[in-house]
Amino acid sequence: MSGRMSRKRRRLIAVLAGLACLGGAVALVLTALNDNLTFFVAPSEIATKAPAPGRSFRIGGLVEGGSVSRTRVDGKPAASFRVTDGPGSVSVTYVGILPDLFREGQGVVAMGTLRPDGVFAASEVLAKHDETYMPKEVADALKKSGQWKPGS
Amino acid sequence: MAITLHRFANPGQFLRLSGRILPYLAVAGVVLTLVGLGWGLFFAPADYQQGDAVRIIYIHVPAAWLASGGYFGLALCSLLSLVWRHPLADLAAVEIGPVGAGCTALCLATGSLWGRPMWGTWWVWDARLTSMLVLLFLYLGHIALVRAFDSPERGYRAGAILALIGVVDLPVIKFSVEWWNTLHQPASIKFTSAPTVFSGMLWPLLISILGFSLGFAAIVVARLRAAVMERRTRGLLLARAQEAA
Repeated sequence: MSGRMSRKRRRLIAVLAGLACLGGAVALVLTALNDNLTFFVAPSEIATKAPAPGRSFRIGGLVEGGSVSRTRVDGKPAASFRVTDGPGSVSVTYVGILPDLFREGQGVVAMGTLRPDGVFAASEVLAKHDETYMPKEVADALKKSGQWKPGS
Repeated sequence: MAITLHRFANPGQFLRLSGRILPYLAVAGVVLTLVGLGWGLFFAPADYQQGDAVRIIYIHVPAAWLASGGYFGLALCSLLSLVWRHPLADLAAVEIGPVGAGCTALCLATGSLWGRPMWGTWWVWDARLTSMLVLLFLYLGHIALVRAFDSPERGYRAGAILALIGVVDLPVIKFSVEWWNTLHQPASIKFTSAPTVFSGMLWPLLISILGFSLGFAAIVVARLRAAVMERRTRGLLLARAQEAA
């Protein structure tokens, strides 16, 4: 009986030890790859985290209120706006159709390159949605009562 | 622990008990799913930003929860099978696989359908979406591996090891939206803070999650019963053949 129990115990210890080693290895790999696993960098991190000039990367943040201007370039819709994360902000230009959820004060992720003049030329703009879900009436009521926290 | 395990390890006991529970499980699952989906799809309010597109959450969130929860169950059965050689756990791991894979595929498909109009893209390689895709491949790998051996026992062992290795993906899926910047939004329902979903949307969502979960359990129990009976039939046929020989 004790022989059977100890075999089970040995198998349990082997499995748990294996899992612990594997977990540790994965944690180390993910930590090492941390910067690459990040989908976008914030405007305030561009100075430290942006890749070499000419290489494309993604920036993410909120569209600054009142900064959006829509134009047309060669008959195609175009837009320029500023993306901010609070401490930093960057100007973005984009030629193409913006997604439905793109609006001022909302999260956005843009893929493109940083031009020498510091303007981010986007080749793709994606809207980012936050984790709040509510009907329009509730949103309006919150705005009216001054409890609205955009981008929270 | 060993005593309780051995009681449930008795397939006859399992068939009796599960036969009594299964009808209730199935009816409750179907009714709650219909109530949750009907409420969510037709009566819950539209979102202030997304409009009617928000209604995908009544399918997407339960599917995502069951994809991860199902895999956790699969890994637990694999542990029981590997360490305690629990005969029912072997079969349970095999039977959970395809159901969980279906939920994962449903989660990815509905997310993609939502992403196109809302984000502006069907797919991005951000940490959440990628780790969920890895989960689908883990399920598919498990389905293939447990059936790849002539001896079922060896298939169970190999599948169990793969399932346990894959467990590291679960925390990565869960915390990907907190550890790294992702396009996917963070969790709205957490144990640590109040949900950020309006109550008129939260209730149908919770009912739908419960309904999907009971339905998932009912399907797995039904498959497991079939597997146990199949094994018994095979044993009987084998015994009869030996007797005749």
